[in-house]
Amino acid sequence: MTALSQIVVLAADEHSESTPNPLIPANYDILWSTIIFLIIVGVFMWKILPKLQAVLDERAEKIEGGIRKAEEAQSEAAAALEEYTAQLTEARAEAARIREDARSEAGQIVSETRESAAGDAQRLVETAQKQIDAERQQAIVSLRTEVGALASELASRIVGESLKDDARQQRIIDSFLDDLEAQVSSDKAKG
Amino acid sequence: MANLALGAAMTATTELAADDGDTTGFFGWLFYSDGFHAPTVEEFFPPAIFGEGTIFEFNRIMLARVIAAAVLILIFWLVARKAKVVPTRGQSVVEMLLDFVRTQIVEQVMDKHNAKRFLPFLTTLFLAILAFNITGVIPFINIAGTSLIGLPIIMALWVYVLYLGVGVKQHGLGGYLKLSLFPPGVPKGIYVLLTPIEFLQVFILRPATLALRLAANMMAGHLLLVLCFAATQYFFFEAAGAMKAMGTVTFAAGFAFTLFEIFVAALQAYVFVMLSAVYINMAIEEEH
Repeated sequence: MTALSQIVVLAADEHSESTPNPLIPANYDILWSTIIFLIIVGVFMWKILPKLQAVLDERAEKIEGGIRKAEEAQSEAAAALEEYTAQLTEARAEAARIREDARSEAGQIVSETRESAAGDAQRLVETAQKQIDAERQQAIVSLRTEVGALASELASRIVGESLKDDARQQRIIDSFLDDLEAQVSSDKAKG
Repeated sequence: MANLALGAAMTATTELAADDGDTTGFFGWLFYSDGFHAPTVEEFFPPAIFGEGTIFEFNRIMLARVIAAAVLILIFWLVARKAKVVPTRGQSVVEMLLDFVRTQIVEQVMDKHNAKRFLPFLTTLFLAILAFNITGVIPFINIAGTSLIGLPIIMALWVYVLYLGVGVKQHGLGGYLKLSLFPPGVPKGIYVLLTPIEFLQVFILRPATLALRLAANMMAGHLLLVLCFAATQYFFFEAAGAMKAMGTVTFAAGFAFTLFEIFVAALQAYVFVMLSAVYINMAIEEEH
């Protein structure tokens, strides 16, 4: 028994002396761990990695999609805001235009009304003037005949029947009135 | 087991003489078997590459740590350099990892404000432990950077100093001691029992268990894997007849334990960071 165990020790010593490389592990350690490692890596690459990569790609896509969606929403919002602002500006301009129109229209109406009122007044004045003139003319005519008749009647009463001849009578009255008129106008000029 | 090893040793010695020429090439070396090597604690003290016997002694495990750190930094540098809003596949994986730490660990424990404050530290811790653990199943490295207790101790000390620091900062030295050693809402007499327990808990057990749990898990995992691999090597290349079939069993076990170790690597990182978050949260909370 002791002899056998001595052999074991000897063999072990011999081995450790023959491979004193301190950098690498024992040969069996390397061999079997490498085989197992390769099997694990193989299974991983064959079965697990494709699935995992799909998940990772999906994740990247999701993030990318999320960012794109957010960007889209933002640009949409910006466009809507721009449109809204444009509409607002337009509406404001229109309101200003309408106000301006109303104002100028009102001014026009006022001036038109004023003009027509002035015209009416003018017309009224003219009509009144014409009427006054006509009435005056009428009065002059009627006065002339009446005053002539009265005067001739008065004169005939004074001078008798001599002035019964109509033509002569008319002539005398006319010259009388002319004199009278001339006298009035000269009085007026004097006065 | 002893008989098996003995038999193996005997055949090994005879074969060694016969196949001497075969063991020179790489594959000769790779498929070479000189008996069943039961893994020992020596696994965690490989020969030094340089600086043997000094504090700077550098061996395979240190190399594994350097490689893990370099790869971790490289991956995150490459991803961060080209980070975009719409992520590539690689960036998505990294983001998921960071998201996992944030939502599944830190924000489960702390409120949002504190989570934001300690998230960088805890995320770094998680990623570092994960990277150092996973080297245990990577061929040609074959050892977890955390399977030697030095690194777990450093990380546990970091957490220890941090939670003591924030506790004292939050409540003042006296306030923090009173809060952690004399938890409120307990009858006065109980403090005779409770205070020593709480003292052990806060000042010794928490960091010690953090470091030990991680290192022990990774050590055990490595020993299990090496056991399976060594047995498979022996059964396939040395054992005769029906014994060769046993190799498939040990190989299957090695396969299962490799998968298990990948799980454990992530689980231990999760546990370490979860507990760190809990300890920090206990220190800053008003009452616990």
